[in-house]
Amino acid sequence: MANIICITCPKGCHLTVDEETLEVRGNSCERGVEYGRNELTHPVRMITSTVKLSGGRLRRLPVKTSQPIPKGMMEEVVRALDDVTVTSPVRVGDVVIENVCGTGADIIATREL
Amino acid sequence: MHTIYDVIVVGGGPAGLAAAEAAYNEGAKKILILERDTTLGGILNQCIHNGFGLHYFKEELTGPEYAGRFIDLVAKTEVEVWTDTMVLDITPEKEIHVVNGDKGYQVLSAKSIVLCMGCRERTRGAISIPGARPAGVFTAGAAQRYVNIEGYQVGRRVVILGSGDIGLIMARRMTLEGAKVLACVEVMPYSGGLTRNIVQCLNDFDIPLYLSHTVTKIEGDGRVERVTVQEVDANRNPIPGTEMIFDCDTLLLSVGLIPENELTRAAGIEIDRRTNGPKVYENMETSMEGVFAAGNVVHVHDLVDYVTAEAQKAGASAARHALQGTPEADKHITVKNGNAVTYTVPSTIRMENIGKNAEILFRVNRVCGQSEIRVMSGDTRIAGFKRDHMAPGEMEKITLPRVLLDRAGEELTISVEEA
Repeated sequence: MANIICITCPKGCHLTVDEETLEVRGNSCERGVEYGRNELTHPVRMITSTVKLSGGRLRRLPVKTSQPIPKGMMEEVVRALDDVTVTSPVRVGDVVIENVCGTGADIIATREL
Repeated sequence: MHTIYDVIVVGGGPAGLAAAEAAYNEGAKKILILERDTTLGGILNQCIHNGFGLHYFKEELTGPEYAGRFIDLVAKTEVEVWTDTMVLDITPEKEIHVVNGDKGYQVLSAKSIVLCMGCRERTRGAISIPGARPAGVFTAGAAQRYVNIEGYQVGRRVVILGSGDIGLIMARRMTLEGAKVLACVEVMPYSGGLTRNIVQCLNDFDIPLYLSHTVTKIEGDGRVERVTVQEVDANRNPIPGTEMIFDCDTLLLSVGLIPENELTRAAGIEIDRRTNGPKVYENMETSMEGVFAAGNVVHVHDLVDYVTAEAQKAGASAARHALQGTPEADKHITVKNGNAVTYTVPSTIRMENIGKNAEILFRVNRVCGQSEIRVMSGDTRIAGFKRDHMAPGEMEKITLPRVLLDRAGEELTISVEEA
C-alpha cells in the first residue's frame, strides 16, 4: 500500500493506493481516484511560469500548461520557455508554444496584457 | 454639490472586486472602487501558480486568471474604478479623503463603505532575527513580485524561514527558475501551509522541511553569505549544540500576514484583538454603521474562493444598507473562542439580520486529530460537528441553523475537543 496526499485541491486527502490493483481509498471525490492511480503509474504536474513580453506595460507574461505534463519533464518544459518572447497584446488562453517538448500540452497565456 | 456614492469599495483586489459586483447585483447604482495600484486584481496578479477557483468556478485557475474573471465581470457593470488612488482617511460621516494622480486631492461621500485593503507580510523586524543586515533578505511575497512580475531572479542559493503557503510556492518557483533551495525552516512543530503545497512544492523537489527549527543568525558582508539554523525546544527557545550552517545568498521570510488596518484604526473602528482585523457582525458590518469589511483585512484566508464569498456577503450588505439602512436588532449573540480555537468571525451575530443560517469561520491553534467542534451556550451544548483532521493552516467553517440560535443565550462559545 502506498500512502500519498492528494494535491488536486486544497483539501489534501490522505490516500492509500494498492500497488497491485490500483484501488484508491481515503479520497473524498472522484478526482482523488485519478490522482492516486496516476501518481503510482505516471505522475503528472501542471507547470506555471512566465515568458518575456515586449511592447506591453509589463515585462513578463504569466503562462501555464494547458494540461498536466509528466512530472519528470518539468525542468525541460520550464527551460523551453527561457528564449520565448511574446509581443503584446495577448489575451488569456492565447497559445504561446504548441505541444511543448512533445508532451501534447500547449503553453498558454494566463493574463491579458 | 459632489456626488454621494451608494457604495465605495476601498481596494481592488479579489475582495474589492467581488464586493463591488455583489453590491451592483443587489441594486446599488453608484459604486466606486478605489485602488492604489495601476491595475485591478491585487496580489493575485503575482500569484501565477494554479489552484485558485476550485470552489467558486469549479475549475483550477491561476491567480491572474481568477482576477481576470472578476475584472471582466466588473467591467460589464456600471461600477466606476479609480486606479492610482490612495485613500488617506475615512471619517465617521463616511467621507473618504483620497489622492489621485489626475484628479488630485478629493473628498468623496458614500452611504456605505466596504473595506477590502487586504493584508501585508510580517518582516524580519517582526521576528527579530539577530545578525548582520546584508542584502538578500526578502519577504516571500516581495521575492514573488520580483520574479513573477518584474522578471528578476532574486538569488541562487536560498533558505526559506517559515512554511506559510507563499514561502512554499516560492520554493518551487525559484527551483524551477534554476535556484537551489537548501531548506525550509519552520519554528512550529507543524507546517503553516496547506498539505498539498508541502507535497508539490517541497517533496517534489526533495527540499527538506525542518520543523521546530528557526534561523538564529544571518551573516554576510553586503550580501547574505550564510545563515545559522537551530532546533527549538517546546518554548521555542533555540537549543545550544544543534546549530546547522547553510551557505546561501538569499533568505526568504514566510512568517505570517497581518491585516492592513491603518485606515480602519484611524477611523475609530473597533479592532478584534484575536484577528488584528475589525470586529464584524454577521453581515460583515464593522462597529461603524454602514462601514463593512471583507477578505484578508478582516482575517487572513487560505483560499481566495472564501475571500470572494465573504466579500459578496459584505458587498450585498453594503448595498442593502445604502438602499434601506440596517434594521434595528434586539438580540445580539456574542461569539467567543474556547478550547483550541484562535478566533471566530463574526464576533457578534444580530438575529434580525440572519436568514435561515449563520456561518462562523474560525481557526484551531494546534493540529487536531479526530475531534468534535462544540457550540456551547452557557453549559448547554447546542451543536456539535465532527472532523477527522484540523490544522492551524486550514480555516474551518460551521453553519448554525437559525432555530438553534433562537434557543441560544446571548453568548456562544466555539471549542474543539479531541476524541
